[in-house]
Amino acid sequence: MNRDKTIRNVKKFFDCFLLLIIGLVWVYPFFWMVSASFKSQPEFFENRLGLIPKKPTLANVVRIWQKANFSTYFVNTVIVTVFAVVIVLLMTMLAGYAMGRYNFWGKKLIMGIFLGSIVIPLVSTIIPTYEVVKQMHLIGTKTGLVLAQAGGAHVIFLLLFTSFFQSVPKELEEAAKMDGCNYFRTFLNIMMPLSKPIATTVVIMETIWTWNAFMLPLVLTLNNPASRTLAVGLYAFKGENTVDWTGIAAGGTIAVIPIIILFIVLQRYFVEGIAGAVKS
Amino acid sequence: MNAWCWLFMSAAVIFYILFQGYPILCSIQYSFLDWSGLTSHAKWVGFQNYVELLHDELFWNAFVNSFQYTALIVPLELAVSLFLAYMLNDEKMKGRSLFRTMYFVPVVTTASVVGIIMIFILGVQGPVNHLLLSLHLIRQPINFLGDAKYAMPSLVLISLWKDCGTYMIYWLAGLQGVSKDVYEAATVDGANRRQTFFHIVLPLIAPIGGIIAILCIINSLKVFDIVKTMTEGGPFYATDVIATYVYRSAFSSEIGMPRLGYASAAALLFGFTVIVIGTVLNIIKGKLAKHAI
Repeated sequence: MNRDKTIRNVKKFFDCFLLLIIGLVWVYPFFWMVSASFKSQPEFFENRLGLIPKKPTLANVVRIWQKANFSTYFVNTVIVTVFAVVIVLLMTMLAGYAMGRYNFWGKKLIMGIFLGSIVIPLVSTIIPTYEVVKQMHLIGTKTGLVLAQAGGAHVIFLLLFTSFFQSVPKELEEAAKMDGCNYFRTFLNIMMPLSKPIATTVVIMETIWTWNAFMLPLVLTLNNPASRTLAVGLYAFKGENTVDWTGIAAGGTIAVIPIIILFIVLQRYFVEGIAGAVKS
Repeated sequence: MNAWCWLFMSAAVIFYILFQGYPILCSIQYSFLDWSGLTSHAKWVGFQNYVELLHDELFWNAFVNSFQYTALIVPLELAVSLFLAYMLNDEKMKGRSLFRTMYFVPVVTTASVVGIIMIFILGVQGPVNHLLLSLHLIRQPINFLGDAKYAMPSLVLISLWKDCGTYMIYWLAGLQGVSKDVYEAATVDGANRRQTFFHIVLPLIAPIGGIIAILCIINSLKVFDIVKTMTEGGPFYATDVIATYVYRSAFSSEIGMPRLGYASAAALLFGFTVIVIGTVLNIIKGKLAKHAI
């Protein structure tokens, strides 16, 4: 019995060790990038593997932030993300409420259309999307970017909200009706506050996706560098400065640090959202 | 009541029509035009774009590459993420949430940033070559992204690393549906870990595995960000996938005038293929699920 236990403990230890090694390999590039942004240009090429800069310098970050427009890109990314997230949250919440609680004319059809769009690749709609934004005279503007980013079906969020609102007991609604609440008031006073956990999940997932978006902002800001987001800005910077690797690393760090911190603090919601997506 | 419901639906519907429904219809129209997109001058050419595509070697190269990439990454991605999920599915394990966070960091890291940073990490002067050289595993640095032989496998490995966390969470959701009694019963019967996994757990999570596989296939066929930033489809179109091909034809000036019509035809042809594959896979999954019951 005792021997069995020892064997099991050794096995467990071995498991943990293996998972730790994999984990370290997994996060190495991230720490490599962060560390490279604080290395001087000569040290970068000398100390290639090491993660701790011998003479840490802020020069790269300052250079990128001030001279390579990363301050503008940063502000753009924040603006686009905030507005796109608000729009997406409101529209999926409202639509999820209608689809989760009521049987209305055309519901099945619209649900089917939304679900079907999961398979349509962005590349198949990107050209006309560009033209739509152009016709709105919003090409190269942050407004155009926000609208296009908020477009699409957001199937996962719709499903999350729909199944949540479906699960709310009928009694709550009836009580509200007795108190004289109409459709809108019931939603505003009762349903909306209840859906806070789902809303949090949606906000975090959409924040991460919008922040990381690349194809749409790339195409929509082709002729206006001033509206670039961080993801696109770094790509453009690399195109123009192929040898400034510490600068590129600093730009990458600026681009991903906020989103990594957000994720680490609120990862529970993100992970639950992803798990919920595949379950439903 | 209907009116209220549709009022609530309106925002979602309007955004859907503007940025998904209408664009799809436009794509169909564009695909019959000879049009640069720079001027309003467009000529109706019927099916000529499609005929030209069928004879366009670069299009077929990208088409095949997209499927090759998918064929390589899907089994790897599913296996590695399932392995990690199975190992992490022990609630008493120490450091479980730390490991989960570690595997998840690449998922939330911007794909385009990953692509750009990897150019150096995998580069001739980068840490990977440095490590391999100092371990004497190779004599000369390998140009992972510049050599046509290594470019696609490198791309696959980087994508595997990048997205593994997502699929791990999917698998974990599936594994949580397997009750503890099942594991206990298996232990009582003297099954070891490998036997328990292959004979008991795997059949139980196969249905959700089907969904995960379909998601993985569709996502892999759509790949763009990481290819665009890491290899630009090169060297010599060795990693050119449909998304990068369409982007080049429609928005880039490196091959002369942009051709929105032609690019739309390519995007549609490919989008149509993806939809067909998605539908077929769904039907197969449905049939298998019925069979299992």
